Amino acid sequence: MPDFIAELLNRNDIFTASTIMEYWGGMVTTVQLVFLSLILGLVLAVPLAIMRTSKNPLINGPVWFYTYLFRGTPLLIQLYIIYYGLAQIHGIQQTFWWDIFREAFYPALLAFTLNTAAYTAEIIRGAIVATPSGEIEAAKAYGMSWAMRMRRIILPSAARRAVQAYSNEVIFMLHSSAIASVVTLVDLTGAARNIYSRFYAPFDAFIFVALLYMALTFLLVFAFRKLENYLLQHQRPVSG
Amino acid sequence: MRKLIVAASVVLAMMAGVAHAQERNLRIAFDVPYEPFEYKDENGELTGFEVELAEAMCEEMNANCEFVIQAWDGMIPGLMARKFDLIMSSMSITPERAERVLFSEPYYNTPGGWFAREDFDTDVTDMEAMEGMTVGVQRGTTMDTYVTEEMGGVVSIKRYTTADDMVLDLEGQRLDVVFLDYPVGEQTVMSKDGFKEVGEQVKLGEGVGVAMRKRDEDLAKEVNAALATLKEDGTYDTIMDKYFAYDIKM
Repeated sequence: MPDFIAELLNRNDIFTASTIMEYWGGMVTTVQLVFLSLILGLVLAVPLAIMRTSKNPLINGPVWFYTYLFRGTPLLIQLYIIYYGLAQIHGIQQTFWWDIFREAFYPALLAFTLNTAAYTAEIIRGAIVATPSGEIEAAKAYGMSWAMRMRRIILPSAARRAVQAYSNEVIFMLHSSAIASVVTLVDLTGAARNIYSRFYAPFDAFIFVALLYMALTFLLVFAFRKLENYLLQHQRPVSG
Repeated sequence: MRKLIVAASVVLAMMAGVAHAQERNLRIAFDVPYEPFEYKDENGELTGFEVELAEAMCEEMNANCEFVIQAWDGMIPGLMARKFDLIMSSMSITPERAERVLFSEPYYNTPGGWFAREDFDTDVTDMEAMEGMTVGVQRGTTMDTYVTEEMGGVVSIKRYTTADDMVLDLEGQRLDVVFLDYPVGEQTVMSKDGFKEVGEQVKLGEGVGVAMRKRDEDLAKEVNAALATLKEDGTYDTIMDKYFAYDIKM
């Protein structure tokens, strides 16, 4: 171990076993929250995006309203409304829902999922709309039904166009999750705030979590680069 | 003759300038609102127990004081950055803080109080009964430290930035009981219906002191002397009686 690191660890009282465990717990919470909300959000976003491209205003309209609502307001406000608002619903404490929403994790998960689903739905809708009409016409000429066209032609081609914009959404989501600590959730930022307030060392605590966020972001960027390489293989020039 | 008057007045003005320079300028930081210690009254004037005590202290020290509003998170960084010279904003003396700042002798200490909804009937000192309960505290306070150390593995602890958010969660039944600085609890929890104080008040920590930069040792001596005088000559008691029905003197 380099001397300066050994010295840092001996000299300071901030990076002790107990604070490292607190950071680790925060990391687990952040990863769980972001990962689950992204998965759930993506599952919701695909049908919503298809509905959003419908010409029928009864199908298109409600989804437009939903995405407008969740993209038009700050995530922090959405989190506050869902976290404190649920507790205000009369009699909710007596129902089984309260077992779920009593903990801060699930209201936060709900807010994050609804938020990312709205953004992702718009990303996918944009990609669907941009499908070259030639591809659709060719599919029709083959006699493919609407469902088969969606499954075999439109969605795979839209996924290729959406993946770059979606990788940004994933990274934004990771960074937005920092606000979970305002509703008592001890995520990475929450751990840093607890440790900061205990030792009055804002730089040490926040720079350390900033580095952890950067490491997580790096992993995401790396994973998406692999995914893009795989999905966009056909666009690369054939090397000699 | 006229020249003499001019010369005399110049000399006088210079002497006045010198006298003025000897009167020291001090900037004191408060985080508002923190009733009844520091808050703005209906006219927007800064007032409260600590503000009045600071005024009396400045008079005693013969200093020219300016009051600065500073949010709690930036208190110690602001002091280090010389945005102000003294913190008199209910900062409890703790060993961790004493590493960074120089504290005066304590000038008050309030107990921590337990507050809960009216249907709560558990003994908060009975660790077996408290097992699995959810307790709310304000992050980084002496109440936080107490609950973390005394009940760490027994109860689940939720930490809040503001007392208001905590009361909202007590109301919404996310928390079973909260442990708050007693005067704050009296202001926030007890001002609403359906809550009560439970258990005994707990004396915590070493009290609240004036925080200064470590190098300002001479200033600390003056502050201590001024506070000691105020405590003895009755000024302190007069200000305390104005804001509190109980004794917080230290």
